Amino acid sequence: MRIGVVVFPGSNCDRDCVHVLRDVVGQDVVEVWHGETALEDLDAVVLPGGFAYGDYLRAGAVAATSPIMPAVRAFASSGGPVLGICNGFQVLLEAGLLPGAMVRNRGLLFQCRTVHIRVESTRTPFTRGLREGQVLRLPIAHGEGNYYAPAALLETIEEAQQVVFRYCDAGGRVTPEANPNGSLRNIAGVCSPQGNVLGLMPHPERAAEEILGSVDGRWIFESLVACLEARVPVPVG
Amino acid sequence: MATVRIIITLKPGILDAAGQAVRQGLHALGYDQAGDVRVGRYVEITVADGIAPEDVHQMCARFLANPLIEQWRFEGLDPNVGASPARSLRRPRPEATRQGRKTDRPGLH
Repeated sequence: MRIGVVVFPGSNCDRDCVHVLRDVVGQDVVEVWHGETALEDLDAVVLPGGFAYGDYLRAGAVAATSPIMPAVRAFASSGGPVLGICNGFQVLLEAGLLPGAMVRNRGLLFQCRTVHIRVESTRTPFTRGLREGQVLRLPIAHGEGNYYAPAALLETIEEAQQVVFRYCDAGGRVTPEANPNGSLRNIAGVCSPQGNVLGLMPHPERAAEEILGSVDGRWIFESLVACLEARVPVPVG
Repeated sequence: MATVRIIITLKPGILDAAGQAVRQGLHALGYDQAGDVRVGRYVEITVADGIAPEDVHQMCARFLANPLIEQWRFEGLDPNVGASPARSLRRPRPEATRQGRKTDRPGLH
């Protein structure tokens, strides 16, 4: 499979994503500069973490206007799998490809530590190989990961099963203490209505090899590859 | 040319962590009279004379502010003085305007 990693000025996890996809999961990977306007022959797209455009204005806001974004939008509209990690998640929110918004972490601290997240939905290509209730141990590193959505929108995405990950403790319990940033309902990741676009704040690419202390992130990429190879159609609705 | 001055702040009810920290700092310096503090952004844009206030609102709604979490007001377009219209909760995007957004459900952004 051929997977594209979009590189914005200020991305800093792009190489990590390329490494995991190419060297750990064994896929063809191309880096796509944000100034490009086409995504050619790709099976999936990853928007990596970092500080695209210095996070000026708001995290992800300027990147959402990049020349490549209409192509990402078209790719997503056609059912192509799109994964946004941390800053990539913020870009997808600002681009309107995912519902909600990010505000500064409760307590203002930049949170850089390992957390646990619980798989809430296996309807995305990135979680189909996991099981609901499964707990993943992944690192976070962000200052604006406090997920917010107005009450009505929150209910809509809950009912539509668009909440894919929640912060939890090691035992899988979703508690206020396990919430590192104040996110509403401990939300750590959400998907599009169709399920093919996923954003999450934790970094699976930083936890995909034993030497890094956890391999739990690897299963998200393995799940994507398994779906692509099986040509499992993306569920609609 | 005119200069429009735009002030963007988090909506009431949205946690303003920076505002809380600034309030603590003011209290630490002895300014106990400081109440609620909201920290926002200030944007100054030079525009052609005769620009419609609605165009400035569109700049805010589509890019300068995030209507899900932020509100804005502006001044400088004498005699017009703007404030975020309540109707602009939806947020048209550059691509959305040109191409439409087929994947979106109503009310999801």
